[in-house]
Amino acid sequence: MAKMTMVQALNLALRQEMAKDDGVVLLGEDVGPDGGVFRVSDGLIDEYGEERVIDTPLAESAIVGMAIGMAVYGLKPVCEMQFSGFAYQAFHQLENHAARLRWRSQGRLTVPMVMRAPYGGGVRALEHHSESREAYWAHTPGLKMVIPSGPRNARALLLSAIRDPDPVIFYESKALYRAFREEVPEEEETMPIGTSQMVREGNDLTLIAYGAMLQPTLEAAAELAKDGIQAAVIDLLTIAPLDDSLMIESIRQTGRAVVVHEAPRSFGPGAEIITRLMESAFYYLEAPIQRVTGYDLIIPYFSREKLYMPDVKRILEAARATQIQ
Amino acid sequence: MPRTKIDTGHKVEYLSILDDQNKLDKELEPDISEERLLELYRTMLFGRRFDERMLNLQRQGRIGTFPPIKGQEAAQMGAVFHLRPKDWLVPAFRETAAEIWRGRSPASVLLYYNGFNEGTIIPMEQRDMPMAVPVGSQILHAVGLAYAAKYRGTDEVVMTFFGDGATSEGDFHEGLNCAAVYQAPVVFICQNNHWAISIPLQKQMHTATIAEKAQAYGMPGIQVDGNDVLAVYAAVEEACTRARNSDGPTLIECVTYRVMMHTTADDPSRYRSEEEVAVWQKKDPLPRFETYLEEKGLLDATGRDDLEDKVQQQIQEAVDAAEKQMKELGDPIYMFDHLYEQLPPYLQRQKEELEMRLQAKKKEADHG
Repeated sequence: MAKMTMVQALNLALRQEMAKDDGVVLLGEDVGPDGGVFRVSDGLIDEYGEERVIDTPLAESAIVGMAIGMAVYGLKPVCEMQFSGFAYQAFHQLENHAARLRWRSQGRLTVPMVMRAPYGGGVRALEHHSESREAYWAHTPGLKMVIPSGPRNARALLLSAIRDPDPVIFYESKALYRAFREEVPEEEETMPIGTSQMVREGNDLTLIAYGAMLQPTLEAAAELAKDGIQAAVIDLLTIAPLDDSLMIESIRQTGRAVVVHEAPRSFGPGAEIITRLMESAFYYLEAPIQRVTGYDLIIPYFSREKLYMPDVKRILEAARATQIQ
Repeated sequence: MPRTKIDTGHKVEYLSILDDQNKLDKELEPDISEERLLELYRTMLFGRRFDERMLNLQRQGRIGTFPPIKGQEAAQMGAVFHLRPKDWLVPAFRETAAEIWRGRSPASVLLYYNGFNEGTIIPMEQRDMPMAVPVGSQILHAVGLAYAAKYRGTDEVVMTFFGDGATSEGDFHEGLNCAAVYQAPVVFICQNNHWAISIPLQKQMHTATIAEKAQAYGMPGIQVDGNDVLAVYAAVEEACTRARNSDGPTLIECVTYRVMMHTTADDPSRYRSEEEVAVWQKKDPLPRFETYLEEKGLLDATGRDDLEDKVQQQIQEAVDAAEKQMKELGDPIYMFDHLYEQLPPYLQRQKEELEMRLQAKKKEADHG
């Protein structure tokens, strides 16, 4: 097993799946000789040629719209949005077409495509490069919304996303791209989409996070353990279709929960998660469920973005607030 | 030399074969077999009569809102007539006659305009996209399909339709640009019917033609008399040959006119004069084609009456089939099917919720 960054792990997933299936094509801005601005497609054009690693004109709607046509034809297009902040130019293609074609045609036409997009704050990027708007996609019936939290699950989930019969929005945290390395097996590894994972066991409190927020959440859990509070940590991995089974099972034991995301608070994923917990575990609750999120603001320019982002301290405060007896 | 002229060498071609007085330009007359000429006429006539029948059904409250195609039969049939079964059709929403010729059942059209999802099911063997309502958005799907067809080494052609209004959408620009960059085998058919609901052509754009926009993308463009089915046929034949020979996309502007309302919910008297409509009614593509066929000795009064009867009979069968089908399409629980390949657990619960409501409603009705 090699130790890889998330960028290298994603590159491995693309490289292996392109070798295996000649229907897999990449398209996006600067994905060719440049290898993508984050180098996720580094070297792929040399191996697979410009017919399969397609540098597109600067046109996000075209990238997604053409991918829809390719997918209907029977290819497996993987689009890259250079930054998720530019994906809104393609919103109508996803909402009006990618998400609906299977349903409109009652299964006759399907759109097995992936839209990859870097998301999130914490890397001192320019305006429009730091948003966390997964709720837009998760709110759209017919789309799947996946956010990995580390190199190994990023590789496995991207493979699953490419093979998924439905359109998948795949958000990659820029903060995680090169934050740490993990062992990633050379042999193929997939993970089911629509399944969350228990990454830390605990009976006193349930912490729910995903993407870049998993690391500070795990750090907060380690801090709480020093005080004798054993927190379970659930990594969602898929935002939609949301797997609520693990979190419901866990909160029935702990009676307490904190949801962490960097997306804005109102109408964010936390609102849905907490509602699911209320619906299925109301009589088990010992304290109000807390959420630690970005504020309902445009994420501030980078000199002040740290104040906006949830961090270990904010997660700890919320966790302790649930410990009322 | 601070300022010089760059000669792009482009002039916009205009093609008309049957002129306003129905005079045929013999030299330009396309070579179409008698059998196919009559088939072309039959499909145009069917499109016209079906449209008229749908207007009646809508006014009677038997179907909902729909966009009539009357007057645009030549623009769509002259174009789509070139597609082989293995080619792709990517329609907008005013190509009902073209869709039916490709194999969409008239009954499914009625189902769709009566609010049933079953109306957008494409038969398995058919390589068509369902109609697209968001204006211009389908253009990009055609480019993607064509890219894939080329990547797979086929000689398949993708034909997409849109109106004059769609040329103002970003997807028109992105689609034509990308198709040209990739030399994708797409035939772009613009049905310029002069009106986008209440917005006339001169408020939609400031160019003399739509065809000239092709120049900006580096692809051939031509304007044709869209009410002259022979001109449409001839121009599209060239474009399809170009696409099949890997020589890239073409933009064809069919100049026609929306003699009816945008949809049955629209009232054109608010924004245009009857005089303007009357001018275009005189250019009706159907009688123009009839005269041509008569002069060729392919059609006479008896033949036309027979055809009218056959078409009306087919339409009646479609109406009967759709009305029967609508009564039998009872179970609304199918609305949960095919959102994803597999229904996620939370949607399964929502499906059960509706099932229970339906059962309760049925019980109430049984005991009521």
